[in-house]
Amino acid sequence: MNNHLKTLEEESIYILREVAAQFERPALLFSGGKDSITLVHLARKAFFPAKFPFPLVHIDTGHNFEETIVFRDWLVNKVGAQLIVGSVQDSIDQKKVAEETGKYASRNALQTVTLLDTIERNKFDACIGGARRDEEKARAKERIFSVRDDFGQWDPKRQRPEIWHHLNGMINFGENVRVFPISNWTELDVWSYIKQENMDLPSIYFTHKRNVFERDGLIFPASPYINMDGEDIFETDVRFRTVGDMSCTAAVLSTADNVDDIITEIKASTISERGARFDDKRSEAAMEKRKLAGYF
Amino acid sequence: MELLKFSTAGSVDDGKSTLIGRLLYDTNSLTTDQIQAVEAASKRKGFDYLDLSLLTDGLSAEREQGITIDVAHIYFNTDKRKFIIADTPGHVEYTRNMVTGSSNSQLSIILIDARKGVIEQTHRHFFIANLLQIPEVIVCVNKMDLVDYSEDTFNNIRIEFEEFVRGFDRLHQNLTFIPASSLKGDNIVNKGESMDWYNGPTLLEYLENVQVNQDVNITDARFPVQYVIRPQSEEYHDYRGYAGNVASGKFNVGDEVVAFPSGLTSKIKQITTFDGNLETAEAKQSVTLLLEDEIDITRGNLIAKAGNGPRVEKEFTAQLCWMDTTASIPGGKYIIQHSNNRVKAMLKDVEFIVNTSTLEKDTERKQLKLNDIAQVQIKTAQPLFFDSYEQNKVNGSFIIIDEGTKSTVAAGVIL
Ligand SMILES: Nc1nc2c(ncn2[C@@H]2O[C@H](COP(=O)(O)OP(=O)(O)O)[C@@H](O)[C@H]2O)c(=O)[nH]1
Ligand SMILES: [Mg+2]
Repeated sequence: MNNHLKTLEEESIYILREVAAQFERPALLFSGGKDSITLVHLARKAFFPAKFPFPLVHIDTGHNFEETIVFRDWLVNKVGAQLIVGSVQDSIDQKKVAEETGKYASRNALQTVTLLDTIERNKFDACIGGARRDEEKARAKERIFSVRDDFGQWDPKRQRPEIWHHLNGMINFGENVRVFPISNWTELDVWSYIKQENMDLPSIYFTHKRNVFERDGLIFPASPYINMDGEDIFETDVRFRTVGDMSCTAAVLSTADNVDDIITEIKASTISERGARFDDKRSEAAMEKRKLAGYF
Repeated sequence: MELLKFSTAGSVDDGKSTLIGRLLYDTNSLTTDQIQAVEAASKRKGFDYLDLSLLTDGLSAEREQGITIDVAHIYFNTDKRKFIIADTPGHVEYTRNMVTGSSNSQLSIILIDARKGVIEQTHRHFFIANLLQIPEVIVCVNKMDLVDYSEDTFNNIRIEFEEFVRGFDRLHQNLTFIPASSLKGDNIVNKGESMDWYNGPTLLEYLENVQVNQDVNITDARFPVQYVIRPQSEEYHDYRGYAGNVASGKFNVGDEVVAFPSGLTSKIKQITTFDGNLETAEAKQSVTLLLEDEIDITRGNLIAKAGNGPRVEKEFTAQLCWMDTTASIPGGKYIIQHSNNRVKAMLKDVEFIVNTSTLEKDTERKQLKLNDIAQVQIKTAQPLFFDSYEQNKVNGSFIIIDEGTKSTVAAGVIL
């Protein structure tokens, strides 16, 4: 096994076991993307031969790629995990949030409310997420155990020191912790690991023909969830580099149909993974603002 | 490919973030959208050059104030090596974040502004690097462009630094001096043409080639039990596996072991992982141990090889870096997290607080304030199973937690 990946894996397993030991009601936030699929794989390793001792939680925007939902259900069944779904549509119906309007309307930001609701309803004290520090510069600032206040907010100016391997998961009533076991992995590490471990992925990560349109220099999937503005729809070979809500995830032109080709493509790429996420382009501090409010 | 973890240190505005930006930029590690974002932001600020610090100052408060507040972790690689950088803040106020960033580093780059020379923060940061026993320190004399690339200036700073270092009782590192300009790019990745008098390596050359011993203790086998695995399934009816990460040394199937605190002995029956059983588990590996005998072991217990146990004590001497804005309470009660154990503890005595510049020891003051570094006596309610930090970093370090706020208030190394 590749030495570097081995080191990353050992560290992630250590972190996942700390979560199980330090918290009463942990959960793994499962988006259906490659990072959370990697987390599930690591969790299986960490507690083998037992099942991992936490449920998977999916925050469903209702604007998903069909393929990720099919994959989610297949994986849940395969590993015998419990699945808890928090629905953005329910939050909208309960008037807790209002649907965005206009050309750039997306349910991505609404997820935060549903997420915080789901955490509170299930009394989760730790939520494991697949965020990586190389993704974005606000994420580069995040601790592995990141404490959130009563309102789910992140206070970047008052983060706990995190020294050596000591993870402090002690919290007061009402607080909870977000845990990021793959903080130190890069996009390329994740893909190399997917290859090494021969992991299954949703089909949208590989090339397929799809109806798309161009907006602001990015290619978006044509879908009923996007308010299109007379843009031309055309069919072409694309794949997705990151998987989020359908309304904010851009595709990349690609004919890569296997993991090796994807790795070659990423190595040669001149734009970052997050460059294909419209939610981050809204402003320089877009990610930080969402994190402050309690986003993943 | 071999990994090197390093961190930057030095006072505010010495150019830490710019230096990292320069490393990334000149090694073509940046993507087009990242460069465009920096170009746009630099223009908005009215700069006629690229403000590379904008790449790592990820918080709005940092960009507004033009300072680094918390550690940023940056990942890049060259053909020779993979790197993880911790970009740390320079303000005294944020020293705890500097300690956070440095604690897992194998190498620390301490920046000095060539115009200012060695200052208080240089002392403090070197002191911390030495306390943490980081094996390599590069002193990077930056902003050489602002002192006409003067060799004399560089040499004087070097002499002053070496003078300071001579005052230490124990030194744990190899020191290297490099003159540079992060803004112009001299001696970072490329040599440049401004400092012909300097014959040493560029910063990147040094980082790519330095051999850092993997900081692990390979002689004393220590396995802190993290979690007990009990599958509760038909197939694994009586299974009781002790999951953990080997802190140091190595364990083989058949080894005779002792569990602490019980003192009971057994033999290793099996070393399990998801990918199959192992004959041997070495330091840093996450594995699950099965023993021949049913002895009572829970999280926080330590498994060691028979005949080579840890110190088992309730009182010990340690060096602390106090990291909380609330000062310590002399004789106060706290929680110590050491290995997978949390125990109640008392700060029995503060022997002295060090002045990191003059290296003088203040034996009068008994209350530790934010960023104080001190030698203390600690007493715990239950014994801990530890080694000295010098012998075993993983099993010789701990943190102190405040029972009320639950915050991490100090980091400590056991003497
Ligand atoms: N002239 C000159 N300016 C520099 C150099 N390195 C950094 N600076 C400037 O010094 C200021 C502080 O730099 P920054 O990287 O934010 O410092 P930090 O606080 O140590 O991270 C910025 O205005 C930089 O452009 C250098 O080598 N030469
Ligand atoms: Mg900085």
